[in-house]
Amino acid sequence: MEYLPDFKVVRPATVQQAVAAYAAHADARYIAGGTDLMVNVRRGIVAPQTLIDIGGVAEITAIDAQQNGGVRIGAGVTLNELAAHGLIAKEYPAIAEAARQVAAPTHRQVATVGGNLCLDTRCLYYNQSEWWRVSNNYCLKNKGEVCHVAPSGSRCFAAFSGDLAPALMVFDAEVEISGPNGVRSLPLSEMYNDDGAAHLKLEKGEMLTAVIIKSGDGWRSGYAKARVRGSIDFPLAGVAIALKRQGDRLSDIRVAFTGTNSYPVMLRKTEGLLQGPFDVDALTALLPKQITPMPSTFYPPGYRRKVAANLTRALARRLFEES
Amino acid sequence: MSKSMLRLNLNGQNGEYAVADNMLLIDFLREVAHLTGTKMGCDGGECGACTVLIDGRPQLSCLTLAASCAGRHVETVEGCAQGGRLSRLQRAFNEKLGSQCGYCTPGMIMAAEGLLRTNPHPTDSETQEALGGNICRCTGYVKIIESVRAAASGEPL
Ligand SMILES: Cc1cc2nc3c(=O)[nH]c(=O)nc-3n(C[C@H](O)[C@H](O)[C@H](O)COP(=O)(O)OP(=O)(O)OC[C@H]3O[C@@H](n4cnc5c(N)ncnc54)[C@H](O)[C@@H]3O)c2cc1C
Ligand code: SF4
Ligand code: FES
Ligand code: FES
Repeated sequence: MEYLPDFKVVRPATVQQAVAAYAAHADARYIAGGTDLMVNVRRGIVAPQTLIDIGGVAEITAIDAQQNGGVRIGAGVTLNELAAHGLIAKEYPAIAEAARQVAAPTHRQVATVGGNLCLDTRCLYYNQSEWWRVSNNYCLKNKGEVCHVAPSGSRCFAAFSGDLAPALMVFDAEVEISGPNGVRSLPLSEMYNDDGAAHLKLEKGEMLTAVIIKSGDGWRSGYAKARVRGSIDFPLAGVAIALKRQGDRLSDIRVAFTGTNSYPVMLRKTEGLLQGPFDVDALTALLPKQITPMPSTFYPPGYRRKVAANLTRALARRLFEES
Repeated sequence: MSKSMLRLNLNGQNGEYAVADNMLLIDFLREVAHLTGTKMGCDGGECGACTVLIDGRPQLSCLTLAASCAGRHVETVEGCAQGGRLSRLQRAFNEKLGSQCGYCTPGMIMAAEGLLRTNPHPTDSETQEALGGNICRCTGYVKIIESVRAAASGEPL
């Protein structure tokens, strides 16, 4: 018998009820598919007193084509639904490929877009049982004082490891957020902090209701990830690319990473790649300063840097050649 | 502790149970319904031993709260045999040595059962994909894939 901490579950039917339920209960937490949060509850990492189960909120479960060519994806859409959606598979292959590579089909059956974007950051010293962590005096991110990854520092370097964020970011995704102070939206790339212990810029009680992507027309896109086991695993490094080709040049390119830093990184300084014939080495030369894994996985950071560059090179070449 | 009445259909039988909000489906199955076929093999969603069907789809009972199954059909490995006779899939696991120590077997069978219902003649790679979340420490998986292939074939077992 698994002794979970005592908690109460509230099951709202609308976003408004969900936000109100969060405000009405002390120490509340949203739960969607539960494939990330329940693991952390079982391991004693978090112990909220109230779970606001948003699985019954129908208004966040649709995928709708927008009039201007974009798509609005409800935060409650499951990853199996997302990967199987005709428009996503056709116009946004990077998103379908990323969704299909999350965990295993049993997880994707219930795992949601919102849960994937709000996924907790991951680290070798954190995603462990209570007895494992207590034997190690915990760590900075949870109940402890020292970061075992960078003991002389004062921050947490746990890696953001959701597969969807980079694939959505290369389509200029915006997130729609509802909270106690109403509704707001912001670019997905601005929803994250570079801090493994506080990586989300959401205010207390705010929930994601949708993500809106721009038209995929004219873009060629894809997603690639390296993981320990091919059938089921978080990314050691993952990269999404969307590009537009004109003859031997790029007319536009967007590249984003996951699994390497504490937030999903939108690669900067790509403007230079548009001058002259496409040069894949100039692209990978941008990585070392921006893609900075720390020793937070069993595989060393050097491997993750190398594999991030190799995945980028292979994916960019393939997309360019196919265009 | 917050409790509520849970009505669900368990292996074809409608039932009503008082269940705490914080009870996992696997604990409900094993401790309340006394169906101990479903196994717990890890501390969080990593092994698939706890796989059951919820409304016909394979899901992890160790990450699912029992109360969230209200009004649903839950099927465990105990529901496979009919009238004392093992299902064709179960017999295939037995004949083709898809089971050794047996700990992963209930989860493997439920994940495979979910696959065969929507895709009665899967390719080996479709079977591998469907069983991707199920870990086996004994068989090396080859025998498990062979068992599913045998169950899906029309051949006598
Ligand atoms: C074995 C295993 C392997 C995995 N492999 C991968 C992988 O390869 N790639 C990957 O990306 N993930 C992986 N995951 C993690 C997880 O399954 C997915 O990220 C999933 O998409 C999370 O979604 P969920 O709905 O289950 O989230 P939940 O567990 O319900 O929630 C996750 C977090 O998000 C918050 N949250 C959920 N919805 C909202 C919302 N609408 N607004 C605000 N906050 C919200 C919750 O409070 C919680 O903190 C794996 C998990 C396991 C157990
Ligand atoms: S990076 Fe450091 S503080 Fe963060 S989870 Fe790992 S050990 Fe803990
Ligand atoms: S017990 Fe291991 S996945 Fe459920
Ligand atoms: S038969 Fe022993 S774990 Fe699979």
